[in-house]
Amino acid sequence: MKRAVFANRWLPILLLVPQVVIIGIFFYWPAIHALRSSFFLQDPFGFGETFVGIENYTSLFHLPAYGRAAMFTVSFTLLVTILSLSIALLFAVKADKVLRGAKTYRTLLMWVYAVAPPVAGVIGIILFNQSWGPLTDLFKFFGWDFALGVNYYDTAFAMVLIAVWKQIPVNFIFFLSGLQSIPKSVREAAMIDNRSASGRFWDVTFPLLAPTGFFLLITNITYSLFDTFGIIDTVVKGEPGNNPMTLVYKIYVDGFRGNDLGGSSAQSVILMVLVLAMTVVQFRLVERRIHYT
Amino acid sequence: MTRLSILGAAALSVVANGAFAQTEISWWHAMGGALGETVNQIATDFNASQSEYKITPAFKGTYEEALTAGIAAFRAGEQPNILQVFDAGAATVIGAKGATVPVQDLLTENGVDFDINDYISGVRYFYADSDDKMIGMPFNSSSPIMYYNMQAMEAAGVEAPKTWEEFETVTAPALVKAGYTPLAQSHSPWIFAENFMSRHNLPYATNDNGYTGTDTEILINAPEIKMHWTHVKEWLDEGYYAWFGAGWNDNQKPFEEGKVAIWLGSSGSFGGLSQLDLPFEFSATYLPYWKSVTTEPKQTFIGGAALFAMSGKSAEENKATAAFFQYLTSPEVQYMWHRETGYVPVTVAAYDMAKEDGYYDRKPAAEVGIKQLSLPAGEYTKGYRMGFYVQIRDVMNREFGRILGDETSVDDGFATIETEANALLARFAKTQAN
Repeated sequence: MKRAVFANRWLPILLLVPQVVIIGIFFYWPAIHALRSSFFLQDPFGFGETFVGIENYTSLFHLPAYGRAAMFTVSFTLLVTILSLSIALLFAVKADKVLRGAKTYRTLLMWVYAVAPPVAGVIGIILFNQSWGPLTDLFKFFGWDFALGVNYYDTAFAMVLIAVWKQIPVNFIFFLSGLQSIPKSVREAAMIDNRSASGRFWDVTFPLLAPTGFFLLITNITYSLFDTFGIIDTVVKGEPGNNPMTLVYKIYVDGFRGNDLGGSSAQSVILMVLVLAMTVVQFRLVERRIHYT
Repeated sequence: MTRLSILGAAALSVVANGAFAQTEISWWHAMGGALGETVNQIATDFNASQSEYKITPAFKGTYEEALTAGIAAFRAGEQPNILQVFDAGAATVIGAKGATVPVQDLLTENGVDFDINDYISGVRYFYADSDDKMIGMPFNSSSPIMYYNMQAMEAAGVEAPKTWEEFETVTAPALVKAGYTPLAQSHSPWIFAENFMSRHNLPYATNDNGYTGTDTEILINAPEIKMHWTHVKEWLDEGYYAWFGAGWNDNQKPFEEGKVAIWLGSSGSFGGLSQLDLPFEFSATYLPYWKSVTTEPKQTFIGGAALFAMSGKSAEENKATAAFFQYLTSPEVQYMWHRETGYVPVTVAAYDMAKEDGYYDRKPAAEVGIKQLSLPAGEYTKGYRMGFYVQIRDVMNREFGRILGDETSVDDGFATIETEANALLARFAKTQAN
């Protein structure tokens, strides 16, 4: 077996440097700062600080509001991930079968991808406007007194809906290309073995899509946790009030709106540990069951 | 020949530089829309009024965003000369001694006469320290007042209510009968907590509402305000009150649309409301009070924001800032600001000028804010000074929303606000430790 080796031992290091510097500046340096700040209570202007040990952490666990934000984050992430993955998969499977006008359908399904999260949020609050939103009117017609920003669950519903709508196109693109990379011979062989379309899908297509699915699972969880910030910020219109919020948004509210640097640093450290743990679990447990071709 | 022309050009540029050797100062504010245009107008007028100084205003988003931007800039050594900080951020900016030059010192050091009694009583001490020294220059000062749709009142055959008892038993039922939603309000913590305390002269926090110490505890879990909120919830259930969430505009809109008859908003909303071509006549009056709590209602706190001179600037720039503050508080500019925006004039001289000009004969509603701020003062009506107050307001907004949404009871909601606010105050005290 042939091994590719660099002639000069400094070259690989040199090639790595830009990446390491970027990670160092934009991840490790702030992460260390956050870790340090999480043990202090600091004057926002930077004039004084007091070492408080783990008080910033313990006080979080005495706050029902933090627990509620955590619970909302979990449910929100699960709902957004599951819904956007399954709907996108359904669309991809159906679009894969379309022969006439396939490109038009695909483009129509994809173009929402170009919408930035805050813009998606703005479109959402227009659709759900309290007095003249078309979706609010539609719900009212069916007897649902939908009130964005007033009722906790209604606002949560709107956030999930907007986040899913925004994410479906990305998943759709990946699933579609995943489907198209399944060899024709495999499909034909399956056709002979099993006449039921749904049976073929679950026994053959789905396992072959697993690598794509796993990749999307991770990106979708990351999306729901972090990238939905713009949507949530727009939907709550700058007043958190009694609206639902994710842990990431709470970090922003406490740190950048409330100027509580210690408290929000502690929250971001917790989040960092959680994401780390989740990544390990994903790669250790889930990835083992996936076969890459 | 060439040399001569170069010399000539050099000489010219020296002259030009001399003519334009202005001291430039910056002003970060949070006044968007029409308010922002008025701010720009003031800056342009100031620049045109003299040639030594030039001020450049910059819009930095919401009040919270402007404060955060100012703090971040200060920590990076890039702070503006003037930063607008709102009422809820006062403790943060005043607590950080060394972040600002007290406006009183700035003015006297630069030879501008300063007498705190030139300012109207309601705005005098809100941005002052415990020794009554003025730290921030009150700029856009407002107070919550009651706006009402005059046609709706006529249709229902009622007058604007003076007390909440009157609202509950007379005004609201009549307005409902006339097909209106009686009441909405745009800022629960400001109107139904802070100014509720002030109007009824109730203590809002220990340590003289927080002015004389940092080991302050909030006194919001009190029977009077819980009684008020119990009624507010009942009004909501009976259709006397409508709530559209924590956003300001969502609650103002139904009033503008003529659906809601009475709206509690800012005296600073007057300018905006007057410019809208509303399909009805509106007027304004004092915030109602509970007869059962007090028979002598007091003045309210100012809301809005103040201008702070940031420290770390050269003496020359501070001189420019002082000159701008002097210009800003002149009666003419204050009167113009008052007329354009509805914010109250902060000095007695400007108020007198508006009166002499007959402004209030033409627009009586424009005087309500300043009159309410000039009502008799009480022991607890000076203001409040609490740290992490932005978060405390967020906690209130959350619990008020939960009370109105049946997620919690009035008792539990107020107990939660008390616990969380006191925890935040204790945490803030630690940030100020050394």
